[in-house]
Amino acid sequence: MSERPNAVPNGSPNGSQAYTGEHLLEAKNLKMHFPIKAGVLKRTVGHVKAVDGVDLQVRKGETLGLVGESGCGKSTLARLILRLLEPTDGEVLFEGRDVLKLGRSEMLGVRRNMQIIFQDPYASLNPRMTVGNIIAEPLKTHNVGSSQGDRKKRVQELLEIVGLSPEHYNRYPHEFSGGQRQRIGVARAVALNPKLIICDEPVSALDVSIQAQVVNLLEDLQKEFDLTYVFIAHDLSVVKHISDRVAVMYLGKIVEVADRTTLYNQPRHPYTNSLLSAIPIPDPEKERERRRIVLTGDVPSPANPPSGCHFHTRCPRAQEYCKEHEPDLEPQEANGTGDAPTDHQAACFFPVMEGQRIEEPATSTPYRAGE
Amino acid sequence: MVEQRGAVQITEPVGEEYGKVEGRTQREIIWRRFRRHKLAMASAVFLALIYFAALATPWLAPYKYDQIDYAALNQGPSLSHPMGTDRLGRDEMTRVLYGGRVSLLVGLSVGVFSTFIGAVVGILSGYYGKLVDTSLMSFTDFMLTLPFIPLILVMGSIFNFTPTTITIALVILLWMNMARLVRGEVLSVRKQEYVQAAKAIGVSDFRTMLRHILPNVVGVMIVQATLTVALAILLESAVSYLGFGIQPPTPSWGNLLTDARTTMTQQPWLTWFPGMMIVITALCVNFLGDGLRDALDPKAVE
Repeated sequence: MSERPNAVPNGSPNGSQAYTGEHLLEAKNLKMHFPIKAGVLKRTVGHVKAVDGVDLQVRKGETLGLVGESGCGKSTLARLILRLLEPTDGEVLFEGRDVLKLGRSEMLGVRRNMQIIFQDPYASLNPRMTVGNIIAEPLKTHNVGSSQGDRKKRVQELLEIVGLSPEHYNRYPHEFSGGQRQRIGVARAVALNPKLIICDEPVSALDVSIQAQVVNLLEDLQKEFDLTYVFIAHDLSVVKHISDRVAVMYLGKIVEVADRTTLYNQPRHPYTNSLLSAIPIPDPEKERERRRIVLTGDVPSPANPPSGCHFHTRCPRAQEYCKEHEPDLEPQEANGTGDAPTDHQAACFFPVMEGQRIEEPATSTPYRAGE
Repeated sequence: MVEQRGAVQITEPVGEEYGKVEGRTQREIIWRRFRRHKLAMASAVFLALIYFAALATPWLAPYKYDQIDYAALNQGPSLSHPMGTDRLGRDEMTRVLYGGRVSLLVGLSVGVFSTFIGAVVGILSGYYGKLVDTSLMSFTDFMLTLPFIPLILVMGSIFNFTPTTITIALVILLWMNMARLVRGEVLSVRKQEYVQAAKAIGVSDFRTMLRHILPNVVGVMIVQATLTVALAILLESAVSYLGFGIQPPTPSWGNLLTDARTTMTQQPWLTWFPGMMIVITALCVNFLGDGLRDALDPKAVE
């Protein structure tokens, strides 16, 4: 792969987050509110706030893990970034350009550089098309390869790259196993040499043994083709394995972002703490001593999220203040030393500092970066 | 999704399937399942024969359909007139054959054209949704509310139906069910991830509909189309029977019945043959549709 030209920023960089070309993808205050219609007249009676103000930066060449429980808006976020859904509000900057404002032909150019791998390897391949045609479709759409023969050669190359046999060219998807089908989906996604691939739970529908194969394949491809991944999953171990940075979502918002080691070792947000405490340890003795933080109650409905901090209804540290004020993602200081803020961000007024128990906030004054 | 059935067929070691490495194409799987439906197979063979007879009628028919023979009025079935003759001495078999040409042609054309219109409306409506959907479906519903038989009788008295005009009239009145059915299917298909994947790639709407949506709704379309063919044959007969359809001397199964009505007690064979042809053809087309539905049904168990 040749060096890619640096993106030229356009649009006004606002405030502290000036666009530097470091971020391949940026989401700004992204919102997706699905209307709830009821009654005979189909009046809108409310909104499901599936994604409710997400700010996210993805750096070139990194893998950003995105975790959160079912229904927190991970997949919706993925579809917003790819513009498979039109967001209610916000911006998606790809190489500094607002994707949402692009016209048809410009969008096609961006699509060439952004691809997606879906969760369900059975639903994501058209059952009526041969594998060859499925993988050739992006090539045809973007006029890559001058002739049918050219494209066929490229498709067979791709099949080999993802670990399938070129002879599979004329087969139909139903003739493959789940893992193989997922490889076909991967081949389709990398066919155009995209810069960014959004992996929407690419392994959660697969057997554990197959999961490892597909994850390894994704890692190999990343090295070979200089790919950037947004890796959505709810399996924390897989995310820990593959990600450089991890973002945690709760009820349509990002609550914590940090590089992998920091996030797994010093989670600041109480929600992240409880998520991580749920990872089983493969050592029975340690496992017995493991202290799990069990959250009470259910995830509130995204149609009617709690006031203030969305997490306050289930948070063991919640105070009155949390009910009335909504926390933003704030840079976290390296532990309590007043050092310069790192790129560890959490949206919590009373973040969990190292050595603290989750039930007892150290102070009653809300945390502000740099204070 | 037929295909997942396919996957099961191949991975499950059942009977003769076991150990077979080479996969089957969609078509083979559907064909195998269809062949097991004996009634549908028989119907298909019989329909093929009828359609062949209709095509070859000018060579097959022993007489001309308007050839009057005063020496042989009102004869019962015999060797020279296998289905007898009518009150003008015309050979009934010849007339049934020619009538079949009209009825079958009308049936098939109505099936093809109403399927086409219905599919286009249904796919556009289901794929684009929103305003397109609302307007197309409102129009479809409006057409469905029209009183069917009176309308076609009025059209008949205005236009003097020929095979072409009655086909057009029936297509206008029969495409709606197809449209609604296809729309419903498209609504579920377009949510599938492979359609999303196509969108993410940047495939054009037209190509998405043609390559991703259409092939995955074609199953229900075929079934509905066969039912439409049967319905069209019945309706054409009904309208012709009432005297508003194909006008004598051109025979159709419907107006043959009208002719026979007055002398039904004396020459019952004149009603038997066209009547039976209508019933058998409609039945066969329906059985064929049944067989196709089972063969294309993803949930069908081998």
